[in-house]
Amino acid sequence: MIELSRTVESLAPSGIRDFFDLVMSMDDVISLGVGEPDFATPWHIREAAIKSIEDGYTNYTSNKGMPELRKAICTHLDKVHQLNYDYEEEILITTGVSEGMDLAMRALINPGDEVIIPTPCYVSYYPTAKMAGARVKLLNTEPDQFKLNPEKLADAISPASKIVVLNYPSNPTGTTYDKSLLEQLAELIIKHDLIVISDEIYSHLTYDLQHIPLPTLPELRERTIFFNGFSKSCAMTGLRIAYATGPEKIIGAMTKIHQYTMLCAPTTSQFAAIEATNHGADAIASMKKEYKRRRNLVHEKLNRLGLDCPLPDGAFYAFPSIKKTGLDPTTFCKKLLTQQQVAAVPGTAFGPGGEERIRISYATDFQQLREALKRIELFLQSL
Amino acid sequence: MDRLLELLEDNGRMPLNELAGALEMSESEVAKKLEKFEREGVIKGYKTVIDRTKLDDAPQSIIGLIEVNISPQPDTGFDQIAREIYDHPEVRSCYLCSGDYDLLVWVEASTLNEIAEFVARELAPLKNVHKTESHFMLKIYKEGGLYFEPPTSDHRLSISP
Ligand SMILES: Cc1ncc(COP(=O)(O)O)c(C=O)c1O
Repeated sequence: MIELSRTVESLAPSGIRDFFDLVMSMDDVISLGVGEPDFATPWHIREAAIKSIEDGYTNYTSNKGMPELRKAICTHLDKVHQLNYDYEEEILITTGVSEGMDLAMRALINPGDEVIIPTPCYVSYYPTAKMAGARVKLLNTEPDQFKLNPEKLADAISPASKIVVLNYPSNPTGTTYDKSLLEQLAELIIKHDLIVISDEIYSHLTYDLQHIPLPTLPELRERTIFFNGFSKSCAMTGLRIAYATGPEKIIGAMTKIHQYTMLCAPTTSQFAAIEATNHGADAIASMKKEYKRRRNLVHEKLNRLGLDCPLPDGAFYAFPSIKKTGLDPTTFCKKLLTQQQVAAVPGTAFGPGGEERIRISYATDFQQLREALKRIELFLQSL
Repeated sequence: MDRLLELLEDNGRMPLNELAGALEMSESEVAKKLEKFEREGVIKGYKTVIDRTKLDDAPQSIIGLIEVNISPQPDTGFDQIAREIYDHPEVRSCYLCSGDYDLLVWVEASTLNEIAEFVARELAPLKNVHKTESHFMLKIYKEGGLYFEPPTSDHRLSISP
């Protein structure tokens, strides 16, 4: 009899697994369920990766990542956000934000420490916190337009609270935080001596507001681990490359785990990331423009169909309410899929606050998106 | 370029309500803008891109791309002679180019012979035309941004977090 780790056994399987199997069994599906860009990685970035292989760079790099890449990212953060990080001690190149998230949780959490996670949220925060041994407090942001309400955060904070996870712009809601809300949250974070894990992987896709990285707020730099990466901004999901910046002490601890569990991020991808950091701006801007056009289409159409949907500030997701249909999200998504061959993800996959919602990804070609919205309209008429 | 034009350049049949949605404008504002572009000739017209190889009944069309060398005229430069050429109904497009030739003339007809006739009878004898070189189009891969061959396929998983 094989006995598994009780922590692992207690984790629920990913909420979208069943659904994935169902989608795969069908033909002619337009999927609005994809959490990655539909664009191909810009060619000059792919070329940099290919060239590195041709040149024979297929060996390990320094644990922290190639100095050239760390320098390029630090220079970029300084230029764009006036964020100063020392490339030697305050940045770690990771195999995706996914790895970085796990490292941060493990580097910081002692048994009994509490992690506060606003929901609905990206699927990895809860499991990584749990696997690191944390107690997790979920805060439903649905009543507050999917923004963490400072009063509710104040109420939730206990002596055991250690970490708050923020993600803006958000997967799955598309919400971002403006300056005044960030300042209110910062006040509490400082007052209660919390550490913030700030997942800003969609920062490049902020449509109307200016994205404000959390560590740019006064006194937050020394208590924030800032995550960003290339998966979304440069359509490089499969290259598995990202970075974390933060105080030397935390980055050092994360590096310690990383050197044993990952050794280094993929070398080929590090070369691609150098090119993306130094020359990716135009490609990022043109993809952003296209996403924004789609966002406007989706937002307008969903609201016209009566699926109440807040205007997404960023990322490539819309998170409309399906309450008026009387269906729960899983039933809604299954019916929509079987009757109209359109796939979306039930809001319940993202934790409390998603019970009456579905996630629609508009990382989908514009014409396909129009067709999918038309099919959703037909589906709603058939109910 | 104006966002309305970008959307229509992509899809000339996008309905008003969707244009309005994508542009965050009212339908009547969009309609007014559209009318202005049409009136001013910014929008020349709306055409359909057809893949004729998918039709069994329609006569196949032959497309000739003809490079034409002409002598520019003292007053009118290339314009007058170009007009004499592009006014022919067989000419679908006509461009003045830099390089080895002056005009690129896109001619469409239902047989090779018709194109040959056009070149021999209408084009080559023109007073200021001194050389033509004809190319026949064999296959369309992409036209006006639209793929005639299936585009590279989407490798993504259809559901991901
Ligand atoms: C909010 C958020 N964080 C992290 C990730 C994972 O990113 P990476 O590819 O860098 O591991 C995703 C991917 O969907 C995401 O949406």
